[in-house]
Amino acid sequence: MPGLGGRMSTVIKSKISRILDRAEDPSETLDYGYQKQVELLQNVKKGIADVVTSKKRLQMQSSKLEQQVVKLDTQARQALSQGREDLARAALERKTVAQTELQSLDQQVTELEGQQEQLTENEKKLRTKIEAFRTKKEVIKAQYSAAEAQVKISEAAHGVGEEMADVGLAIQRAEDKTEQMKARAGAVEELEAAGTFEDITQLGPGQDDIDRELAQLGAGAQVDDELAKMKAELGSGGGEAPALGEGEKESRP
Amino acid sequence: MIVRISGEGQYELPDEDADRLNELDNRAVAAVEQGDEETFHELWEQMLELVQNDGTALNDDELVESDVILPPRDTSFAEAAGDFSGEGLIPD
Repeated sequence: MPGLGGRMSTVIKSKISRILDRAEDPSETLDYGYQKQVELLQNVKKGIADVVTSKKRLQMQSSKLEQQVVKLDTQARQALSQGREDLARAALERKTVAQTELQSLDQQVTELEGQQEQLTENEKKLRTKIEAFRTKKEVIKAQYSAAEAQVKISEAAHGVGEEMADVGLAIQRAEDKTEQMKARAGAVEELEAAGTFEDITQLGPGQDDIDRELAQLGAGAQVDDELAKMKAELGSGGGEAPALGEGEKESRP
Repeated sequence: MIVRISGEGQYELPDEDADRLNELDNRAVAAVEQGDEETFHELWEQMLELVQNDGTALNDDELVESDVILPPRDTSFAEAAGDFSGEGLIPD
Protein backbone atom coordinates (compact mmCIF):
# COMPACT_ATOMS: atom_id res chain seq x y z
CA MET A 1 0.00 0.00 0.00
CA PRO A 2 1.52 3.32 -1.03
CA GLY A 3 2.41 5.81 1.63
CA LEU A 4 -0.32 8.33 1.01
CA GLY A 5 -3.18 5.89 0.97
CA GLY A 6 -1.86 4.18 4.04
CA ARG A 7 -1.52 7.43 5.93
CA MET A 8 -4.93 8.71 5.01
CA SER A 9 -7.06 5.84 6.12
CA THR A 10 -4.85 4.34 8.78
CA VAL A 11 -7.07 5.30 11.67
CA ILE A 12 -10.28 3.90 10.27
CA LYS A 13 -8.59 0.82 8.89
CA SER A 14 -6.99 -0.02 12.19
CA LYS A 15 -10.37 0.40 13.86
CA ILE A 16 -11.93 -1.98 11.38
CA SER A 17 -9.08 -4.46 11.72
CA ARG A 18 -9.51 -4.49 15.48
CA ILE A 19 -13.19 -5.21 15.05
CA LEU A 20 -12.38 -8.01 12.63
CA ASP A 21 -9.80 -9.59 14.90
CA ARG A 22 -11.89 -9.43 18.03
CA ALA A 23 -14.83 -11.64 17.27
CA GLU A 24 -14.36 -15.33 16.76
CA ASP A 25 -17.60 -15.88 14.98
CA PRO A 26 -17.45 -14.26 11.52
CA SER A 27 -21.16 -13.67 11.35
CA GLU A 28 -20.97 -11.69 14.58
CA THR A 29 -18.06 -9.71 13.15
CA LEU A 30 -20.05 -8.96 10.05
CA ASP A 31 -23.06 -7.68 11.92
CA TYR A 32 -20.92 -5.58 14.22
CA GLY A 33 -18.90 -4.23 11.29
CA TYR A 34 -22.05 -3.18 9.52
CA GLN A 35 -23.44 -1.55 12.65
CA LYS A 36 -20.21 0.43 13.03
CA GLN A 37 -20.41 1.58 9.42
CA VAL A 38 -23.94 2.85 9.91
CA GLU A 39 -22.81 4.75 13.00
CA LEU A 40 -19.92 6.34 11.14
CA LEU A 41 -22.25 7.32 8.33
CA GLN A 42 -24.16 9.41 10.87
CA ASN A 43 -20.91 11.26 11.64
CA VAL A 44 -20.43 11.93 7.96
CA LYS A 45 -23.94 13.39 7.71
CA LYS A 46 -23.29 15.57 10.73
CA GLY A 47 -19.99 16.72 9.22
CA ILE A 48 -21.72 17.81 6.03
CA ALA A 49 -24.39 19.62 8.06
CA ASP A 50 -21.61 21.51 9.89
CA VAL A 51 -20.11 22.63 6.59
CA VAL A 52 -23.52 23.92 5.51
CA THR A 53 -23.93 25.84 8.77
CA SER A 54 -20.48 27.41 8.41
CA LYS A 55 -21.31 28.41 4.87
CA LYS A 56 -24.50 30.13 6.00
CA ARG A 57 -22.58 32.01 8.66
CA LEU A 58 -20.11 33.19 6.03
CA GLN A 59 -22.97 34.37 3.84
CA MET A 60 -24.24 36.42 6.76
CA GLN A 61 -20.81 37.92 7.27
CA SER A 62 -20.76 38.75 3.60
CA SER A 63 -24.03 40.67 3.75
CA LYS A 64 -22.80 42.54 6.84
CA LEU A 65 -19.71 43.57 4.92
CA GLU A 66 -21.90 44.79 2.08
CA GLN A 67 -23.76 47.04 4.49
CA GLN A 68 -20.45 48.25 5.85
CA VAL A 69 -19.29 49.25 2.37
CA VAL A 70 -22.43 51.33 1.85
CA LYS A 71 -22.10 52.89 5.29
CA LEU A 72 -18.46 53.85 4.80
CA ASP A 73 -19.26 55.36 1.46
CA THR A 74 -22.00 57.49 3.02
CA GLN A 75 -19.68 58.53 5.82
CA ALA A 76 -16.98 59.53 3.36
CA ARG A 77 -19.49 61.76 1.58
CA GLN A 78 -20.63 63.30 4.85
CA ALA A 79 -17.07 63.96 5.93
CA LEU A 80 -16.22 65.53 2.61
CA SER A 81 -19.30 67.72 2.61
CA GLN A 82 -18.17 69.04 5.98
CA GLY A 83 -14.75 69.77 4.64
CA ARG A 84 -13.04 66.88 6.40
CA GLU A 85 -11.04 65.34 3.59
CA ASP A 86 -8.84 63.53 6.11
CA LEU A 87 -11.81 61.65 7.51
CA ALA A 88 -13.25 61.00 4.09
CA ARG A 89 -9.95 59.44 3.08
CA ALA A 90 -9.86 57.22 6.17
CA ALA A 91 -13.42 56.05 5.47
CA LEU A 92 -12.62 55.30 1.85
CA GLU A 93 -9.53 53.35 2.85
CA ARG A 94 -11.66 51.19 5.08
CA LYS A 95 -14.20 50.81 2.35
CA THR A 96 -11.51 49.53 -0.02
CA VAL A 97 -10.39 46.95 2.52
CA ALA A 98 -13.98 45.83 3.12
CA GLN A 99 -14.64 45.61 -0.62
CA THR A 100 -11.56 43.49 -1.26
CA GLU A 101 -12.49 41.15 1.56
CA LEU A 102 -16.06 40.97 0.33
CA GLN A 103 -14.92 39.89 -3.12
CA SER A 104 -12.76 37.07 -1.86
CA LEU A 105 -15.43 36.00 0.62
CA ASP A 106 -18.08 35.76 -2.08
CA GLN A 107 -15.76 33.77 -4.30
CA GLN A 108 -14.96 31.37 -1.50
CA VAL A 109 -18.60 30.89 -0.61
CA THR A 110 -19.22 29.89 -4.22
CA GLU A 111 -16.36 27.40 -4.03
CA LEU A 112 -17.75 26.03 -0.83
CA GLU A 113 -21.11 25.51 -2.49
CA GLY A 114 -19.40 23.31 -5.08
CA GLN A 115 -17.66 21.34 -2.35
CA GLN A 116 -20.92 20.88 -0.52
CA GLU A 117 -22.47 19.32 -3.62
CA GLN A 118 -19.47 17.02 -3.99
CA LEU A 119 -19.70 15.99 -0.34
CA THR A 120 -23.36 15.12 -0.73
CA GLU A 121 -22.42 13.01 -3.76
CA ASN A 122 -19.71 11.27 -1.72
CA GLU A 123 -22.07 10.58 1.12
CA LYS A 124 -24.48 8.96 -1.32
CA LYS A 125 -21.67 6.81 -2.66
CA LEU A 126 -20.69 5.76 0.84
CA ARG A 127 -24.27 4.86 1.65
CA THR A 128 -24.40 2.67 -1.46
CA LYS A 129 -21.20 0.92 -0.35
CA ILE A 130 -22.52 0.29 3.13
CA GLU A 131 -25.69 -1.11 1.64
CA ALA A 132 -23.58 -3.35 -0.61
CA PHE A 133 -21.71 -4.50 2.46
CA ARG A 134 -24.98 -5.39 4.15
CA THR A 135 -26.02 -7.54 1.20
CA LYS A 136 -22.60 -9.09 0.92
CA LYS A 137 -22.41 -10.05 4.56
CA GLU A 138 -25.60 -12.08 4.26
CA VAL A 139 -24.16 -13.91 1.26
CA ILE A 140 -20.89 -14.54 3.08
CA LYS A 141 -22.70 -15.81 6.15
CA ALA A 142 -24.70 -18.23 4.06
CA GLN A 143 -22.03 -19.48 1.69
CA TYR A 144 -18.63 -19.59 3.28
CA SER A 145 -16.82 -21.44 5.99
CA ALA A 146 -15.49 -19.41 8.90
CA ALA A 147 -11.96 -19.24 7.50
CA GLU A 148 -13.03 -18.23 4.02
CA ALA A 149 -15.49 -15.75 5.42
CA GLN A 150 -12.73 -14.01 7.37
CA VAL A 151 -10.86 -13.20 4.13
CA LYS A 152 -13.95 -12.06 2.27
CA ILE A 153 -15.03 -9.84 5.14
CA SER A 154 -11.67 -8.22 5.46
CA GLU A 155 -11.66 -7.29 1.78
CA ALA A 156 -15.14 -5.81 1.80
CA ALA A 157 -14.71 -4.00 5.09
CA HIS A 158 -11.50 -2.36 3.92
CA GLY A 159 -13.25 -1.20 0.77
CA VAL A 160 -15.90 0.52 2.87
CA GLY A 161 -13.26 1.80 5.31
CA GLU A 162 -11.30 3.51 2.55
CA GLU A 163 -14.41 5.25 1.25
CA MET A 164 -15.28 6.34 4.76
CA ALA A 165 -11.80 7.73 5.35
CA ASP A 166 -11.91 9.59 2.06
CA VAL A 167 -15.25 11.27 2.77
CA GLY A 168 -13.91 12.15 6.23
CA LEU A 169 -10.89 13.80 4.66
CA ALA A 170 -13.04 15.79 2.23
CA ILE A 171 -15.19 17.06 5.09
CA GLN A 172 -12.10 17.98 7.06
CA ARG A 173 -10.76 20.01 4.13
CA ALA A 174 -14.05 21.85 3.70
CA GLU A 175 -14.17 22.62 7.42
CA ASP A 176 -10.58 23.90 7.46
CA LYS A 177 -11.42 26.18 4.59
CA THR A 178 -14.49 27.66 6.30
CA GLU A 179 -12.47 28.21 9.49
CA GLN A 180 -9.88 30.22 7.56
CA MET A 181 -12.60 32.26 5.90
CA LYS A 182 -14.39 32.88 9.17
CA ALA A 183 -11.19 34.12 10.74
CA ARG A 184 -10.51 36.55 7.89
CA ALA A 185 -14.04 37.89 7.78
CA GLY A 186 -13.95 38.22 11.57
CA ALA A 187 -10.78 40.31 11.34
CA VAL A 188 -12.50 42.74 9.01
CA GLU A 189 -15.47 42.96 11.34
CA GLU A 190 -13.13 43.82 14.19
CA LEU A 191 -11.65 46.51 12.04
CA GLU A 192 -15.10 47.90 11.61
CA ALA A 193 -15.82 47.76 15.35
CA ALA A 194 -12.54 49.46 16.19
CA GLY A 195 -13.03 52.31 13.82
CA THR A 196 -16.70 53.03 13.30
CA PHE A 197 -17.35 56.60 12.50
CA GLU A 198 -20.30 57.06 14.83
CA ASP A 199 -19.21 60.64 15.37
CA ILE A 200 -17.08 61.69 12.50
CA THR A 201 -15.57 64.60 14.40
CA GLN A 202 -14.07 62.22 16.94
CA LEU A 203 -11.56 60.59 14.68
CA GLY A 204 -8.70 62.21 12.95
CA PRO A 205 -6.37 60.60 10.48
CA GLY A 206 -3.58 58.47 11.89
CA GLN A 207 -5.06 58.59 15.35
CA ASP A 208 -5.32 54.87 15.69
CA ASP A 209 -3.22 51.97 14.56
CA ILE A 210 -5.85 50.83 12.14
CA ASP A 211 -5.66 54.05 10.18
CA ARG A 212 -1.94 53.71 9.85
CA GLU A 213 -2.26 50.08 8.80
CA LEU A 214 -4.92 50.94 6.30
CA ALA A 215 -2.79 53.63 4.78
CA GLN A 216 -0.04 51.10 4.28
CA LEU A 217 -2.24 48.65 2.46
CA GLY A 218 -1.60 50.35 -0.82
CA ALA A 219 -5.20 51.31 -1.25
CA GLY A 220 -3.83 54.79 -2.03
CA ALA A 221 -4.47 55.13 -5.75
CA GLN A 222 -7.99 53.80 -5.64
CA VAL A 223 -8.82 56.00 -2.66
CA ASP A 224 -7.41 59.06 -4.44
CA ASP A 225 -9.56 58.34 -7.47
CA GLU A 226 -12.69 57.86 -5.43
CA LEU A 227 -12.02 60.95 -3.39
CA ALA A 228 -11.59 63.01 -6.53
CA LYS A 229 -14.81 61.61 -7.97
CA MET A 230 -16.67 62.31 -4.76
CA LYS A 231 -15.33 65.87 -4.67
CA ALA A 232 -16.48 66.45 -8.21
CA GLU A 233 -19.94 65.11 -7.42
CA LEU A 234 -20.27 67.19 -4.29
CA GLY A 235 -18.87 70.21 -6.06
CA SER A 236 -21.41 70.06 -8.85
CA GLY A 237 -24.14 69.31 -6.32
CA GLY A 238 -23.28 72.73 -4.79
CA GLY A 239 -24.13 74.46 -1.56
CA GLU A 240 -23.74 72.00 1.28
CA ALA A 241 -19.99 72.00 1.61
CA PRO A 242 -18.60 75.33 2.65
CA ALA A 243 -15.07 74.04 3.02
CA LEU A 244 -14.94 73.06 -0.61
CA GLY A 245 -15.27 76.75 -1.43
CA GLU A 246 -14.46 76.83 -5.06
CA GLY A 247 -17.84 76.43 -6.68
CA GLU A 248 -19.64 78.65 -4.24
CA LYS A 249 -19.57 81.99 -5.95
CA GLU A 250 -20.63 80.64 -9.31
CA SER A 251 -23.53 78.72 -7.88
CA ARG A 252 -24.96 81.75 -6.10
CA PRO A 253 -27.81 83.40 -7.94
CA MET B 1 -4.73 -1.30 -10.84
CA ILE B 2 -7.31 0.50 -8.73
CA VAL B 3 -6.66 4.21 -8.32
CA ARG B 4 -8.64 6.60 -6.16
CA ILE B 5 -8.76 10.33 -6.75
CA SER B 6 -9.33 11.55 -3.25
CA GLY B 7 -12.71 13.21 -2.79
CA GLU B 8 -13.96 11.89 -6.15
CA GLY B 9 -13.88 8.13 -6.50
CA GLN B 10 -12.12 4.98 -7.67
CA TYR B 11 -11.01 4.01 -11.17
CA GLU B 12 -9.79 0.75 -12.66
CA LEU B 13 -6.68 1.61 -14.63
CA PRO B 14 -5.11 -0.73 -17.23
CA ASP B 15 -1.84 -2.19 -16.00
CA GLU B 16 0.16 -0.65 -18.83
CA ASP B 17 -0.77 2.78 -17.52
CA ALA B 18 0.82 2.07 -14.17
CA ASP B 19 4.32 2.76 -15.51
CA ARG B 20 3.21 6.01 -17.08
CA LEU B 21 1.56 7.09 -13.83
CA ASN B 22 4.65 6.14 -11.88
CA GLU B 23 6.84 8.14 -14.25
CA LEU B 24 4.63 11.23 -13.85
CA ASP B 25 4.67 10.68 -10.10
CA ASN B 26 8.48 10.60 -10.03
CA ARG B 27 8.72 13.74 -12.14
CA ALA B 28 6.20 15.45 -9.84
CA VAL B 29 8.38 14.60 -6.86
CA ALA B 30 11.37 16.10 -8.66
CA ALA B 31 9.39 19.26 -9.47
CA VAL B 32 8.33 19.63 -5.83
CA GLU B 33 11.93 19.14 -4.66
CA GLN B 34 13.09 21.86 -7.04
CA GLY B 35 10.31 24.19 -5.94
CA ASP B 36 9.02 24.27 -9.52
CA GLU B 37 5.35 24.96 -8.93
CA GLU B 38 4.37 25.39 -12.56
CA THR B 39 5.84 22.07 -13.68
CA PHE B 40 4.30 20.34 -10.71
CA HIS B 41 0.82 21.59 -11.61
CA GLU B 42 1.27 20.49 -15.23
CA LEU B 43 2.32 16.99 -14.19
CA TRP B 44 -0.41 16.76 -11.60
CA GLU B 45 -2.96 17.71 -14.25
CA GLN B 46 -1.57 14.96 -16.52
CA MET B 47 -1.82 12.38 -13.75
CA LEU B 48 -5.46 13.23 -13.13
CA GLU B 49 -6.21 13.17 -16.85
CA LEU B 50 -4.53 9.80 -17.30
CA VAL B 51 -6.61 8.25 -14.54
CA GLN B 52 -9.85 9.81 -15.70
CA ASN B 53 -9.43 9.22 -19.43
CA ASP B 54 -7.86 5.75 -19.40
CA GLY B 55 -9.56 4.49 -16.26
CA THR B 56 -13.03 3.10 -15.83
CA ALA B 57 -14.99 4.45 -12.88
CA LEU B 58 -15.88 1.72 -10.41
CA ASN B 59 -19.51 1.21 -9.52
CA ASP B 60 -20.57 2.68 -6.20
CA ASP B 61 -21.40 -0.75 -4.81
CA GLU B 62 -17.97 -2.27 -5.42
CA LEU B 63 -16.04 -2.87 -2.24
CA VAL B 64 -12.36 -2.89 -3.09
CA GLU B 65 -9.29 -1.21 -1.72
CA SER B 66 -7.26 1.11 -3.93
CA ASP B 67 -3.69 0.34 -4.92
CA VAL B 68 -2.93 4.04 -5.17
CA ILE B 69 -4.68 7.03 -3.66
CA LEU B 70 -4.11 10.36 -5.35
CA PRO B 71 -4.58 13.47 -3.21
CA PRO B 72 -7.54 15.82 -3.82
CA ARG B 73 -7.66 17.62 -7.15
CA ASP B 74 -7.22 21.04 -5.54
CA THR B 75 -4.05 20.07 -3.71
CA SER B 76 -1.89 23.14 -3.28
CA PHE B 77 1.82 23.23 -3.96
CA ALA B 78 2.50 23.52 -0.24
CA GLU B 79 0.36 20.45 0.51
CA ALA B 80 2.01 18.57 -2.34
CA ALA B 81 5.36 18.86 -0.59
CA GLY B 82 4.06 16.36 1.97
CA ASP B 83 2.58 13.87 -0.51
CA PHE B 84 5.10 14.05 -3.33
CA SER B 85 8.29 13.26 -1.50
CA GLY B 86 10.66 10.34 -1.40
CA GLU B 87 9.28 7.67 -3.68
CA GLY B 88 6.14 9.64 -4.40
CA LEU B 89 2.62 8.28 -4.35
CA ILE B 90 3.71 5.08 -6.04
CA PRO B 91 6.74 3.39 -4.46
CA ASP B 92 9.30 2.31 -7.05
